[in-house]
Amino acid sequence: MTHIALAGGALLILIGVWGMLTKKNIIRIIIGFSLFDTGLHVVLVGLGHLKNRTAPIIDSDLPREAAASRVVDPVPQAIVLTAIVIGLAVTAVLLAFALKLYQSRKTLDISELREGNND
Amino acid sequence: MVKKAFAFTLILGMGLLFYQLYRQRSTSTDLNKTARYYVENGPKETGSANVVTSVVVTYRGLDTLGEVTILFVAASIIGFFLKNQRNRKLEGAPGETSELLHTGSVFLVPLIFLLGVYVFVNGHLSPGGGFQGGAIIASGTVLLFLADPSIGAGRGVIHVLESFSGMLYVGLAVAGLFLAGGFLDNRIMPLGHFGTLLSAGAIPVIYSLIGLKVGAELSSILYALKDAKE
Repeated sequence: MTHIALAGGALLILIGVWGMLTKKNIIRIIIGFSLFDTGLHVVLVGLGHLKNRTAPIIDSDLPREAAASRVVDPVPQAIVLTAIVIGLAVTAVLLAFALKLYQSRKTLDISELREGNND
Repeated sequence: MVKKAFAFTLILGMGLLFYQLYRQRSTSTDLNKTARYYVENGPKETGSANVVTSVVVTYRGLDTLGEVTILFVAASIIGFFLKNQRNRKLEGAPGETSELLHTGSVFLVPLIFLLGVYVFVNGHLSPGGGFQGGAIIASGTVLLFLADPSIGAGRGVIHVLESFSGMLYVGLAVAGLFLAGGFLDNRIMPLGHFGTLLSAGAIPVIYSLIGLKVGAELSSILYALKDAKE
């Protein structure tokens, strides 16, 4: 499972970078950023996974004493929880910029947006 | 063409880096020192059954405060950029949306809000929490907007909730300095019986406030995007 998560996450990151670097439409660039972000989260959680272990939540099936030998690393999960929300905030700001840009220039194509070309 | 080749080389390099990371990742079958500390002492020290919650709200609580601040700043930037007109009727938008959507939203929105509240109130017991609950509440808001695009109600409530929960969060964090071990210490309230709803000290309260704040913040972002002036 870890292999699939790491490979899939890395693939998502690479697709996202490709989209951000080569696409001309701002919306597509934002989608690229979003893919990059998601891939990063998958890779981080995948790196924290340990074989044959369960989620770090103590309950009747997982006594407190046995927890340390039966759960996965909780730190990457906490970090990713933070990163998801930050990614969402950044995406929202990007979309607001794109909307504003479209309203003032009537285009989403970055090759038509040059400094001083304000018609 | 040169640009495409450059991008391709960069991606090839990144792919190589990821391959190295994949090959050299630690093959240990045991938790590292930090993780072991959190798993062994988290439930005892914070009373939270969910170790991730104890890390997010208590051990790394300052990061969470910073994160909520980032969300607030993002919402402010969007509100500043997209100045909107209050209660504006959308030109060209259909006055009436589908009957199905409207009736469905009346039935579903309260249930979605309830699910969001359930998720953040149980954040210390189950795989949930303030951020997840807040996102669920915001998805209910999206449904509300889809059913009635010209809706203008609730904006005041959102702003009051946002400021109120943010200030109370910081207030609880500062109270930790005086009543317990330090900033954002959850032991300002009794830890209670492990594994019940009213346990883990201030964690359920703080996570509920975070849930309300995230829900209100995301809803206000949605409001700004919906009412963006032409």
